[in-house]
Amino acid sequence: MKKFSKPGWLSGRTAVIGIPYFWLAICSLLPFLLVLKISFGEMDASGPFGTLLNYADGVVNLKIKLTNYIYLAMDDLYIIAYLNSIKYAALTTVMSLIIGYPFAYFMARASQSRRSILMMLVMLPFWTSFLLRIYAWKGMLSNNGVINNFLMSTGLIDAPIHMMNTEFSLMIGMVYSYLPFMILPLFTNLSKLDVRFIEAAADLGSTPWSTFWRVTVPLSKSGIIAGSMLVFIPCVGEFVIPDLLGGPSTIMIGHVMWDEFFSNVDWPMASTVTVVVILGVLIPMGILNKYQSEDEQKL
Amino acid sequence: MGTVESIKSADTGASQDKPFLRINNLIKEFGDNRVVKNVSVTINKGEIFALLGSSGCGKSTLLRMLAGFETPTSGEILLDGKNIIADAPYHRPINMMFQSYALFPHLTVWDNIAFGLRREGMAKEEIADRVEKMLALVQLDTFGKRKPHQLSGGQQQRVALARSLAKRPQLLLLDEPLAALDKKLRERTQLELVNIIEQVGVTCVMVTHDQEEAMAMASRIAVMSDGVILQIGEPHNVYETPNCRFVADFIGSVNMFTGTVVEDEPDHVVIKTPECSHYVGHGITGTPGMAVSVAIRPEKIAVSAEKPEQEHNYVFGEVIELAYLGSYTVYHLKLASGAVIKATVSNTARHGAFHPKWGDKLYACWEDDAMVVLTR
Repeated sequence: MKKFSKPGWLSGRTAVIGIPYFWLAICSLLPFLLVLKISFGEMDASGPFGTLLNYADGVVNLKIKLTNYIYLAMDDLYIIAYLNSIKYAALTTVMSLIIGYPFAYFMARASQSRRSILMMLVMLPFWTSFLLRIYAWKGMLSNNGVINNFLMSTGLIDAPIHMMNTEFSLMIGMVYSYLPFMILPLFTNLSKLDVRFIEAAADLGSTPWSTFWRVTVPLSKSGIIAGSMLVFIPCVGEFVIPDLLGGPSTIMIGHVMWDEFFSNVDWPMASTVTVVVILGVLIPMGILNKYQSEDEQKL
Repeated sequence: MGTVESIKSADTGASQDKPFLRINNLIKEFGDNRVVKNVSVTINKGEIFALLGSSGCGKSTLLRMLAGFETPTSGEILLDGKNIIADAPYHRPINMMFQSYALFPHLTVWDNIAFGLRREGMAKEEIADRVEKMLALVQLDTFGKRKPHQLSGGQQQRVALARSLAKRPQLLLLDEPLAALDKKLRERTQLELVNIIEQVGVTCVMVTHDQEEAMAMASRIAVMSDGVILQIGEPHNVYETPNCRFVADFIGSVNMFTGTVVEDEPDHVVIKTPECSHYVGHGITGTPGMAVSVAIRPEKIAVSAEKPEQEHNYVFGEVIELAYLGSYTVYHLKLASGAVIKATVSNTARHGAFHPKWGDKLYACWEDDAMVVLTR
């Protein structure tokens, strides 16, 4: 018992918890700090890695350049890209929730054998490359793609419907890709829901519809939050899907970031964009997470 | 029917009262498994009726059919003369207090109690008024704003009761109402629960596996086994005149002797068993030579060191086990035939003279009206 109550700093327990933290520190926190540092510096002949600290004449100078942040706040391009990102991420989250919740609900209620088949179907897309699947959508949605060809051959339409590089194609690609991340936490949550609560509600005169909204949905709140976070966060920074399926009107912040790094080779500006995205996602999520864990304790 | 006595006691009790709930030939099958086998029972207005049986006997399925969570394979359930089989649970004027309560964890005590009233579309002031009354009834006036997890087990149980009574149901169902409480609290809550139910005046069907709970709370008990109701009666009838071996053994503790009828007279019978001969002071519907069981409750057996002055109804054996339980002591006597009988002696005096010990040889005897003769 003593071994468990007083773990030394090198005990197994510390190691097990420590390794992932160490990994996160090296591979996530450190790069972020580097990016943060670059965002305050400037591009010179030797690249973006000049030091912020200068020593001259017995004085230590710390030079923090805020121009990039100010520029970011003034330029429409960035603001529109940010707003677009949040808009499309939010839309993707809502649509995944609308499609995913009923699916997860019936999956949780299905018999054991049918449950595994449905679970397989949710996981199946992961067996092929993500990039390949997005390209496949290109083939489906383009003017001479599968859908238009089919509709024209049946004579339903005379000219192809323009679907590619629009908001429509972007949303199809985003919802399609992120739906499993919504379904899985919802399924886990809903399969744990005690059927006695549903019965108790029915017993007290609640119709199935009313029971769904007043008992099932509130009790699966933590699943809804978890699924929404898993979809929303990566969606904000999504680059590949808008690049392949989106158009000029659907510029998202991931694309702007890519442009700054590789087209403009303005690393400090690109870093600034990155820092703002990360903080913009982390802070609200942190608040939500805290609220959720407080709520969990009550249940 | 096992005995003459039990024929008249099988369904007496408040039978002159008005029948309120009638269950006719109810059958429930899950696949090939018949869980409830042709159950018929009549429950009167205002009574507390207990379905008693061990787990898997079909009592919970029966209750769930009353609530509407299971659809019977055949048969009918008449509530106040109206067949409710086809009604959805949310349309039945029946409320249930669930085992381990099923209080909504995301709602406060107040909202839990108001849940059913709101679904009814009751006016706001009326709901507030009713909820306050219910909280007062279960003595939780100041607990309205709490969440269920902030309450003790006993308090949760009272909230569950308040919630199931709030809609003023015509029939209240209790599913193992006290199983989640510890023993001390259970005994106190039994009486409290009965008081509240009687105060409200609602007809009540409860399910329990605990015979003490059933006997303490119910006006009538139905003993179930393997999907069938074996006996229905008031607690003392079921205890004193069980109609079969299962009921005798299931309710309380019993000594069972098996033998044959050797003398069959209208006013008495004599039954010969390997242990002794039993003189039963009443007639039975049997014939000489018939195989029967004689059941005697341990508290009806007296023990003594001297040979009793009677020809029948006594055995001689050695104390192989004794359990001092405070208010009474249980003696296990091993007889010459190898059978072991139990006798309880209540400890009325603090320092009684008679204290048999392990290995003591004792006589155990009983009156000629102490036993019940069972044929099945």
